[in-house]
Amino acid sequence: MNAGRPVRVLLFAAAREAAGTGRLEVPHRPGLTAEDIWKRLETDHPALAPLASTISTAVNHRFTKKATPLDPGDELAFLPPVSGG
Amino acid sequence: MSRFRITTDPLDETAVRAGLATDRDGAVVVFAGVVRDENRGRRVRWLEYEAYEAMAVPVLRQVAAEVQREFGVKRLRVHHRLGRVEIGEASVLVATAAPHRGAAFQAAQHVMDEIKRIVPIWKREFFVGGDVWVEGPGAPVSE
Repeated sequence: MNAGRPVRVLLFAAAREAAGTGRLEVPHRPGLTAEDIWKRLETDHPALAPLASTISTAVNHRFTKKATPLDPGDELAFLPPVSGG
Repeated sequence: MSRFRITTDPLDETAVRAGLATDRDGAVVVFAGVVRDENRGRRVRWLEYEAYEAMAVPVLRQVAAEVQREFGVKRLRVHHRLGRVEIGEASVLVATAAPHRGAAFQAAQHVMDEIKRIVPIWKREFFVGGDVWVEGPGAPVSE
């Protein structure tokens, strides 16, 4: 039912600033992973590269592994180490 | 008063505990995390908080479920501030209520530990001479 819907990508804090945007959409294709999207973002925005080792990934508001395949319409978020409180 | 609140409004220590305790509770803990004027040798001017709100609330709900399971504490509230927070103002309030103080303290401690570990909220520190995103010590990167 979600076929064809893009993946919504959110970036926060240092990642948002390094990418110059907090929100973008990526067309979905079978097998697409967060890792693929991160690599593409790194190519477009080299300032993201130093964040790669500490960034966490959430899909639809749950922490997930970067290698997990995404579904159409997923909300993918790249999260630097949190610092609330 | 809602259980989890993420807001740009100043936090209210009276409001966060109002109506929380029942007649069975002998302990109410209210923890306030307050912005201080120094961090790692830098003179802090103010902090700015940002959250992934759509995820922060479900993660807090999961933390609350853990607190209930591990410490038997069902009555808890978390209010977190967003945006600019001045020195001396509260950035976070955690209130817990339980029949005895041990569980109420432990629950509040656990909630704060988890806020600093997994709840998607970030602070930017504005200090004399610059500003920087603060990164917490541990994160669930997991590949």
